[in-house]
Amino acid sequence: MTTKLMGEKVQRVEDQRFLRGKGRYVDDVAVGPATLHAAVLRSPHAHARIVDIDVSEVLDVEGVHAVWTYDDLADLSAPMAEPLPLLIPHPDLTHGRTQYALAKDEVNYVGEAIAFVVADDRYLAEDAVSRIKVDYELLPAVVGVEAARRAEHLVHEDVPGNVGARMEQSTGDVEAAIAAAPHRLSLDLTVERSACTPLEGRGTVARWDPDVGRLQVWSSTQTSTGVRAAIAVKLGLDLAQVDVITPDVGGGFGVKINHPWPEELLVPLAARALGRPVKFTEDRREHFISSAHERGQVHHVEVGFDDDGRLLGLDVMFWHDHGAYTPYGLIVPIITSTQLLGPYKPAVYRARFESLYTNTVMVTPYRGAGRPQGCYVMERTMDAIAAELGKDRTEVRAVNFIQPDEFPFDQGLVFQDGRELEYDSGDYPALLQKAKDLIGWDEFPAFREEMAAEGRRVGIGLACYVEGTGVGPYEGAHVHIETSGKVKVATGLTTQGQGHATVFAQLVADELGVRFEDVEVVTGDTRRMPYAVGTFASRAAVMSGSAIHLAAKRAKEKVLRIAAEALEADEEDLEIVDGVVSVKGSPGSSIDLGTVAVLSNPLRYAFDEASQAATQFSVGDPGKPPVAEDDEPGLEGRDFYSPERATFAAGIHAVIVETDPETAEITILKYAVVHDCGTLINPMIVEGQIHGGVAQGVAGALYERMAYDESGQLQNASFMDFLMPYVTEVPDGIDIDHLETPSPLNPLGIKGAGEAGVIPSAAVFAAAIEDAEGIPIRSMPISPSELFHLREAHR
Amino acid sequence: MTTEQLHDVRLTVNGVGHDLKVPARRLLSDALRHDLGLTGTHVGCEHGVCGACTVLVDGRPVRSCLMFAVSAAGSEITTVEGLTNPDGSLGPVQQAFAECHGLQCGFCTPGFLTTITAGLRDNPHPTHEEAREMIAGNLCRCTGYQNIVKAVERAAELVEEQS
Repeated sequence: MTTKLMGEKVQRVEDQRFLRGKGRYVDDVAVGPATLHAAVLRSPHAHARIVDIDVSEVLDVEGVHAVWTYDDLADLSAPMAEPLPLLIPHPDLTHGRTQYALAKDEVNYVGEAIAFVVADDRYLAEDAVSRIKVDYELLPAVVGVEAARRAEHLVHEDVPGNVGARMEQSTGDVEAAIAAAPHRLSLDLTVERSACTPLEGRGTVARWDPDVGRLQVWSSTQTSTGVRAAIAVKLGLDLAQVDVITPDVGGGFGVKINHPWPEELLVPLAARALGRPVKFTEDRREHFISSAHERGQVHHVEVGFDDDGRLLGLDVMFWHDHGAYTPYGLIVPIITSTQLLGPYKPAVYRARFESLYTNTVMVTPYRGAGRPQGCYVMERTMDAIAAELGKDRTEVRAVNFIQPDEFPFDQGLVFQDGRELEYDSGDYPALLQKAKDLIGWDEFPAFREEMAAEGRRVGIGLACYVEGTGVGPYEGAHVHIETSGKVKVATGLTTQGQGHATVFAQLVADELGVRFEDVEVVTGDTRRMPYAVGTFASRAAVMSGSAIHLAAKRAKEKVLRIAAEALEADEEDLEIVDGVVSVKGSPGSSIDLGTVAVLSNPLRYAFDEASQAATQFSVGDPGKPPVAEDDEPGLEGRDFYSPERATFAAGIHAVIVETDPETAEITILKYAVVHDCGTLINPMIVEGQIHGGVAQGVAGALYERMAYDESGQLQNASFMDFLMPYVTEVPDGIDIDHLETPSPLNPLGIKGAGEAGVIPSAAVFAAAIEDAEGIPIRSMPISPSELFHLREAHR
Repeated sequence: MTTEQLHDVRLTVNGVGHDLKVPARRLLSDALRHDLGLTGTHVGCEHGVCGACTVLVDGRPVRSCLMFAVSAAGSEITTVEGLTNPDGSLGPVQQAFAECHGLQCGFCTPGFLTTITAGLRDNPHPTHEEAREMIAGNLCRCTGYQNIVKAVERAAELVEEQS
């Protein structure tokens, strides 16, 4: 019997090429002298009118093939002169704005693309960029939520108050509920900007094939189908003329879901216009100033609660800094406003937000996508309630938990996908018990005393979250059993390091009864699966995992039908083990999957041993056509998975920190994670996702921020100044415990796991530092110097 | 602008000699990747902080984005492609990464592999603290470093077993 691979720590198949240096990232494609290289002139000003652009000094430079500004775009392709698409419109986004591929008349952030140069190599392209002269008329820059709200200056002249959107959701009369509550509190809570910062930036390569009139594009994107559709529209091509391939991607974390980036259109445009392959590879500074940021929000909370800390009314107003443009709509603030509730069930809840323009890089989802802010607001509120009532922080949480017998639980709100915010399953009390055990919650007071005796200061914090994962609308899969018996699987969403080639092969091997090593998975290639959405919102395992499972099931049905006929047996009596179909209990009567594949395709020609072997079997009715009316040739299965709504994963993080009484340095002594993402496909990969999420969370809580000055210059746009943690900054060891509450919404019971690790970080560190210091922590991230100044202020 | 002056350079990479004509400003990382097609060496920041482009120059780890190709003339360069065993199987550090799930997107991995290869040569029996220290100059955004530290310790065992 083949061992089931579901739930096994299977080693990753993709590692073999990565470890040998044989990965194929976008900058590794089309290497050689035939390829031209692009560079972009970017705005040095946060807000300015473009008076004149002079490219005359570039035109005659040897090795330069093209210099384009906005004025050239209409001639190249009429739709290119229009703004880039607003991907996710929303009725409340009354003043949505997107940029042009190359700036028209005005720039609204440092880094906005103004001119595009194509040259023999990147060095020459950058030389040329430096010779372009732009005459700017400077305008006042709006930087930060406060300046945007004051609206003394406007980012876009036609957007009053800098307000792109106002939105409100509520479940009742929250003001009355709070007024009637025995206890009331209000809190102001801030989170600063940060960014995904994958080690590989954005990149695009395109090749126009004049012989077949087709465009082939490689892009480091989280959605190849999205990029494909955008290119077709903007270049005036039929969809059928465009192939987009997402090769190996060096991390995404959200920033690569936005599309099309200007270069994703300009590079294919140049490849078609110049008849040569063209490549653009973003450098690190460009990534800081021209790719998306996230997280920046200011929140005000009013809460009313009873003597046990039960939430009677929760009223949250927040201001979301969405930067200069809104290509990705309101996804991030909607997620904050809905996922803020976490595992709790306030009697009445209202969330309101304003989404504001600033002259800074645009905001699109970053791993967690608004949840880290929501979790921080909710969990800070829980801690404040506990402090007010003099109760243990875990007790206050426990009385507010949705109970295991209350699922499905409808929160009475509309989620980011337009569906009801209805939790499918979970067991939050069990998670809390595990978290307390893992971190040593009950033992902590003794530990604190012990440390205090040594003159050391420690604190403990805990934070709970619920994460809507696996949002629709759908993903699809195609499973093809070749005559060699090898299984080729394609799903359209992309991969940025999650190990899809491994986990999806595990699912297929289990369902089809084939050897794991005979399954090959391709992702993100529109030639192989043209219908797909993309990799974001912790959705790949849920969506494509389910689709692949269903497609494999369909392929298996056909295998059994043909094999039953060939072996003159009942389908129910057949089993497939290691790629061989046999009659249970009669091992002599068997047929290889490859042979079944040959039989499924009534060709006349014997190409190989498998087709020769197939001649001994007889399938099909000689009185009917070789391919029956309701059948098709080939041994394939194709299916799509489209869930009613998201499935809700949950978890709790806890941390013990030490703060230095003199220097205010913050040291992590212990970090614990309990996590419920339903059925685990590969625990090794899930734990890897958690490790990475925790490190990114530590980064966002203690180190990373976007240091804009008042003129809109990003002061720390390099790895020298943006403090991405090395190993020395992350916990030495992360304790992890799992709970598996299967989702009833998909066939495998899976919930997403990709973002979870980063969601509660700001909340949990704020809680632990507050516990150590006895000073309210209301703004994150927090550095030692900020903690030092907080101490001074509270002296 | 005049055509750039080209310089003759002989680069010895993974034991193989290559004759190149490059401008003086061409970075070693670009020469390896774009002139020699050895795309295993990755560039993550172009300013020597992330370590993804680390190669061994005469056995010592060097950030190839901070070195000109002409400066590497006459040196023995080892890239990630040169870390596999002669029979094509994974070398000990590579094998340890596979066993310990020491990589996710794989972009930073070549720099870790070269750095650790040199590190274990200098210190074949690192303590846990020394294993962390060995990788403390390389950035990874995916793994949280947990399994990379394990991979250093496992690699030390594998090197020991193989020697």
